[in-house]
Amino acid sequence: MTQFLQTLTDGLTVGALYALIALGYTMVYGILKFINFAHSDVFALGVHLSIVIASILGIKALGDTGTPPWYMGALVLVLAMLACGAIGFLVERLAYKPLRSAPRLNVLITAIGVSLLFQNAGQLPWAFGVSPRAWPTLLPDGELFSIAGVKFRLVHAVVLATAIALMLALQYLIFKTKLGSAMRAVSFNTRTAALMGINVNGIISFTFVVGSMLAAAGGFLYGVYYGGQMKQTADSMWVMLGLKAFVAAVVGGIGNVRGAVLGGIMIGLIEFFGVQYVSDQYRDAYVFAILILVLLFKPEGVFGKATVEKV
Amino acid sequence: MTHAAVIRRTSQGTVSRWLAMGLAAAVMAFAGGCKKEEAPKASGEPKAAQQAPAAPSTDPIKVGHFASMTGSEATFGVSTDNGIKLAVEERNAAGGIKGRKVELITYDNQGKPQETVTVVTRLIQQDKVAALLGEVASSRSLAAAPVAQRAGVPMVSPSSTNPSVTQVGDMIFRVCFIDPFQGYVGARFASENLKFTKGAVLYNRAQAYSDGLRKNFNEAFTKMGGTLVAEQAYGDGDNDFSAQLTAIREKNPEFIYVPGYYTEVVNIARQARRLGIKAPLIGGDGWDSEELKNAGDALDGSFFSNHYSHEETRPEVQDFVKKYQAKFGKVPDGLAALGYDAARMLFDAMDRAGSTDGKAVAAALAATKDFPGVTGKISMDAQRNANKGAVMLEIQGGQTKFAGFIPAPTN
Repeated sequence: MTQFLQTLTDGLTVGALYALIALGYTMVYGILKFINFAHSDVFALGVHLSIVIASILGIKALGDTGTPPWYMGALVLVLAMLACGAIGFLVERLAYKPLRSAPRLNVLITAIGVSLLFQNAGQLPWAFGVSPRAWPTLLPDGELFSIAGVKFRLVHAVVLATAIALMLALQYLIFKTKLGSAMRAVSFNTRTAALMGINVNGIISFTFVVGSMLAAAGGFLYGVYYGGQMKQTADSMWVMLGLKAFVAAVVGGIGNVRGAVLGGIMIGLIEFFGVQYVSDQYRDAYVFAILILVLLFKPEGVFGKATVEKV
Repeated sequence: MTHAAVIRRTSQGTVSRWLAMGLAAAVMAFAGGCKKEEAPKASGEPKAAQQAPAAPSTDPIKVGHFASMTGSEATFGVSTDNGIKLAVEERNAAGGIKGRKVELITYDNQGKPQETVTVVTRLIQQDKVAALLGEVASSRSLAAAPVAQRAGVPMVSPSSTNPSVTQVGDMIFRVCFIDPFQGYVGARFASENLKFTKGAVLYNRAQAYSDGLRKNFNEAFTKMGGTLVAEQAYGDGDNDFSAQLTAIREKNPEFIYVPGYYTEVVNIARQARRLGIKAPLIGGDGWDSEELKNAGDALDGSFFSNHYSHEETRPEVQDFVKKYQAKFGKVPDGLAALGYDAARMLFDAMDRAGSTDGKAVAAALAATKDFPGVTGKISMDAQRNANKGAVMLEIQGGQTKFAGFIPAPTN
């Protein structure tokens, strides 16, 4: 029982991280109908930029004693989100916008190019280098409570609470604000939206910025959750994490915001329970097996029909 | 004498006119080079001038070092390279090898096996090194060894402990013990010194080093009467060990054997403590890195087997530690000591070989007997492995403390 509940806790937390990244994939797909393959790299940049920002703010690397006040961590999160939002804006402006009328395949190939650019530029010595970097201590690593041997720690709470807050904020933005209705309008029909006086380019830029900010938040929370050493930007683990988030978006119904959240949590739980109760050998295979099953039997996604609104 | 050597070597081949022309050009280039080299010798350094009559050649002997200077195991490469640099510097200050200076060429393989093949090929083909030093990680030594063996260039691995490394061929040597022994050391320390009977294993199934050590540890520990209550694995890119650790926690072992590299161990230790696992971790020489401090206090009270301890009182060790600290400003880890030993053993063999020819150097390396290394007396056995004892180190506050010595197997 303890084993089951612990796996549930950890799977849920990591699932929430997948969900944050999946949102970026799904939002861009909803509006532009293309998969932004550079999204997982924005996530990796979020991790490394958080480390850089923390060190600029004078937060010491791990291993040193003392934890900074909580608002310093929040400041790192906000700054990392702003930095990645700016990066998302520039990528859209410089790489994707000139291809707005080109065939979709061109944009897809460009996205792969942007992804490789980020992976390799991140390795440069003046960027993040190739050695793993230590994640700074931002939170006291305390135990909140423990029921029947299940450890629920402060990091679990912080990661889950931040992720849920961001997802609720996004939900509000999309369904309750004027900007959100404009986004939904562009997603339904770009041309009609433009005729109605909606600034389509502005909305697309905005979508990229929001998606990248969520990826940065995902990166920050990944660092907070795992701590220890963060591998270089070109390490395959970032691509794998991004791929799992992408699978989450597809499983939830690509283009569907609620589906992405539920898909992320589902993928996190399947992965963790698979490793726990079957074998770790197929850790990544569980995720992709789900993808194959969903594409075979319900290509619109598990939650594809439930909500018609697209973003 | 040099010219004669060149002519002899080339004339064994064909009598083609092109070759003859090339030979002439080579001889001329050589003559020019020699003159240039001799000029400062005649005017300057009296020390080198004294040795000049004994020296058959004055161009430097090139030794290649391929290492993970960057990447996930960067401290492995950097420490080893520091140790080698120190050995080269000392050797050159003492007049080099038969009057020829040693020139060290280090290439970074970024900790990747594919990149290793590329840089080793470059060292052999382009830089024409006389011998190779490297690697720390067994999987990367295994990538390099076939290239070195095929080219007939002797390769000395400072610290790859997987047995298959030297089985590649008679050009491949190592100055460290091998995993069957290291696995036994971990098992014996856990069962005899710490009196543990219930262990768990968490290993990287994608690494030759980790998987080999796991097998040998399991075998030895069960033979000593211990029980393994859990065995869990992870892959190369994994950073989440919580599912495996939760499964291990269920079984409540007294210790967890983690034969991985330090980058993973740091994260494993942190995640284990987070789950409330208090049992110490025990590991192998792959833990040896200053980066262990990134685990905070998660590794305090854990142990790993290593090749030497900087606290040993043998004069070789204390002398080395002093010199290393003066040059690099930090306490040398086991990899630095092995890099130093590997380079010195190679120079010693080159002294005895009488030439820098691959076969001659390999034969001299194979004949190494009781070479006084920092990490112990080194003798090459029939499989070109060093037969040495191991130390166990305990981690406290990111520092290592000597915890026990386990002598070499006598067979």
